[in-house]
Amino acid sequence: MDTVSVKPSPAETLTDVMARFTAYIGKRLPNDVSDKLAQLRAKETKALAKTVYDSMAENQEAAKRLNRPSCQDTGIIQYFIKAGAKFPLLGELEDILRDATLAATKAGPLRHNAVETFDEKNTGTNTGRSIPWLDWEIVPDDDGATIDVYMAGGGCTLPGAAKVLMPGEGYEGVTKFVFDVITSYGVNACPPLLVGVGVSSSAEMAARLSKKAILREVGSHNANPNAAKMETLLEDGLNEIGIGPQGLSGNSSVMGVNIENSARHPSTIGVAVSTGCWAHRRGRIRINADLSYDILSHKDAVL
Amino acid sequence: MKKILTTPLSDEDIRDLHIGDVVYLTGRLVTCRDVAHRRLIELKRSLPVDLDRLAILHAGPIVRPLPDDRFEMVSIGPTTSMRMEKFEREFIRQTGVKMIIGKGGMGPETVAGCQEFTAVHAVFPGGCAVLAATQVEEIEGAEWRDLGMPETLWINRVKAFGPLIISIDSHGNNLFADNKATYNERKIPIVERISEQVRFIS
Ligand code: SF4
Repeated sequence: MDTVSVKPSPAETLTDVMARFTAYIGKRLPNDVSDKLAQLRAKETKALAKTVYDSMAENQEAAKRLNRPSCQDTGIIQYFIKAGAKFPLLGELEDILRDATLAATKAGPLRHNAVETFDEKNTGTNTGRSIPWLDWEIVPDDDGATIDVYMAGGGCTLPGAAKVLMPGEGYEGVTKFVFDVITSYGVNACPPLLVGVGVSSSAEMAARLSKKAILREVGSHNANPNAAKMETLLEDGLNEIGIGPQGLSGNSSVMGVNIENSARHPSTIGVAVSTGCWAHRRGRIRINADLSYDILSHKDAVL
Repeated sequence: MKKILTTPLSDEDIRDLHIGDVVYLTGRLVTCRDVAHRRLIELKRSLPVDLDRLAILHAGPIVRPLPDDRFEMVSIGPTTSMRMEKFEREFIRQTGVKMIIGKGGMGPETVAGCQEFTAVHAVFPGGCAVLAATQVEEIEGAEWRDLGMPETLWINRVKAFGPLIISIDSHGNNLFADNKATYNERKIPIVERISEQVRFIS
């Protein structure tokens, strides 16, 4: 008898890749984050903080060995898409990513974290109204797509804050805002944190940029020299406070501070802070027009 | 050397502990979080597990069912303890629990409860859920299953469960409250110093 092999459609192929990538990032931290944690661990001198760093490393080992999500809170799933205008599956991408979340939830397994607001019911699928959350950027002359997957856990989402300052408050006001947020709410967000700061015009513009900032690599710098200088000043200043891993005090507080910025209205400075916890689970994948792919965030990753 | 405590915990065991100490726990550890606290304190229902001299963990684990009503612990990370603050003092009084484990600090009510009834609060490092699961030898029982997987009271037999960092001891000390005061104090001169270097509007 003839066997009929049904070739998966392009959409099915991409759904499968994105489902496996989504589940994968819950189990392994990206290279920049694990390198930074190893550095902080090696530099730490306080016994209590060392004990905590050791546990974190042991946990990541165990997650790898047992092939399990490393933290039980696998978050709300967010995708940040930079899609070429000529990417062949542009119109299908929204459905593809929703199906990928559904599949990853079963395969991960991921904890059920999508609660419909007002109905106040957990959907049990990690999908819901506008969830997974998609953020779009269209790149005119490109036929591929670069997608960042992020698991926004509860603890590390809680410190999130945005505010519009008067220009008189200046970057001094931005500094105070960042420090207030981190010392008040950062302690429970599983430090050492990656702190994202958005400097912009209105609240939602700054908020989006602050989230984009924690998608940027640990140790990378803003292209503007003043912004880059401020990243270093904030990072060093926060580390001087010595919040330590889990807020138990130690030589550092953060993995870094990343600032993203835009132009602003002359009368306002929008500022926002987003935080990533030590288990900063994000991944970046580049999909080519022929649906071959490269994983940029995790070297040697096999899906 | 690891300091390992074994349940049932005595008042003497507890009085020996001070904030910042690192210990490990062997014996019986029961998960107990929001709804279980509310049922006991607000709804005045009696707990289906005797917690006298035992330890509880603020956590909502991922558990895999096995045949014959047995279970496997997949992932069991601590959740934010502060949510239980308004119940904990009374909870300690009614149950006789000796060790409360969770994430982050707790407040003055828990400090009072720990002092009055000789108990401690300890933190297990957040985000280390697989490590914790490997320290659970067996799930011995599950009560109040109607609450769903995260809220069920999972009765675990654990071996050298930790590290557990004592954050509230029975002598009235609160590690996180002390730390927070230190951080806020340190912050002021640092913010001033940075402010002088970011006068980009001129
Ligand atoms: S803050 Fe991060 S590491 Fe901590 S429990 Fe939440 S998701 Fe896990």
